[in-house]
Amino acid sequence: MSIGLTHYLAVAAILFTIGVFGIFVNRKNIIVILMSIELILLAVNINLVAFSVYLHNVTGQIFAMFVLTVAAAEAAVGLAILVTFFRNRGDIAVDDVSVMKG
Amino acid sequence: MALAIAFYLLAAVTVGAGFGVISSRNPVHSVLFLILSFFSAAGLFVTLGAEFLAMLLVVVYVGAVAVLFLFVVMMLDVDFAALRQGFARYMPLGGLVAGILAVEMIVVASAVATEGATKNAPMVHGDVSNIESIGRVLYTDYVYFFQAAGLVLLVAMIGAIVLTLRHKPGVRRQVIMDQVAREPKTGMRIVQIKSGEGIDQ
Repeated sequence: MSIGLTHYLAVAAILFTIGVFGIFVNRKNIIVILMSIELILLAVNINLVAFSVYLHNVTGQIFAMFVLTVAAAEAAVGLAILVTFFRNRGDIAVDDVSVMKG
Repeated sequence: MALAIAFYLLAAVTVGAGFGVISSRNPVHSVLFLILSFFSAAGLFVTLGAEFLAMLLVVVYVGAVAVLFLFVVMMLDVDFAALRQGFARYMPLGGLVAGILAVEMIVVASAVATEGATKNAPMVHGDVSNIESIGRVLYTDYVYFFQAAGLVLLVAMIGAIVLTLRHKPGVRRQVIMDQVAREPKTGMRIVQIKSGEGIDQ
């Protein structure tokens, strides 16, 4: 049983779905939502790297690196916003975030 | 055969840990599952022959992002049980949507993999190492993108600092200017004390 591109793409698809599902079911917990976004970006990276390897084109891996960069930046800024919000509100309930507007 | 066993093991751990991330009651467990998921995904990258990305995943995600999550989860004193309300309510619809999404994506992916551009492309490892080939392209064709990625990280760093920095009132801070500008005249007071008496202050 040889492992082909399909297998990697299937793993990435399942991981992506788990990330989306996590955002669905953990609507109130913003920390788990951020972690689900990280899972989604990881699935995207698996896709990019798998295609890059099977197409013999290293550009996909370079793009995966940039996705990694953006994911790290996004996590840092997201968590900073979360910490600021927690300081101001004493809670991190997503439903109350609309008070931030204006 | 060994590659197949490694793939299935790593894939199962990645997916299982990913499910653990979203279903754990304790967010600290979620972060630990996230680390496990990233680590096994790095193993998947190694089986693909993308060693550099695998190491990058371990360093950036496990070393930085996951630890950042761990810090924040432990720093915030939140009643996480209350945040889990609605888990059961969103479960059926979420599961339905997720199932459809997964099936669709797997069907599309397998169609692309067997009929698409990669139809007759077996996995080969060239004589040039993975890191070398990435470096050759990254620092030539994509050097501006590389710089832009650095800029993104810089902006994110400044943004995170600006968002979380706060000056508490009533905190005595070190003022270097005052310390350097201090002279014997301003910093010292010579007092003659009579014997038998103290000195106020």
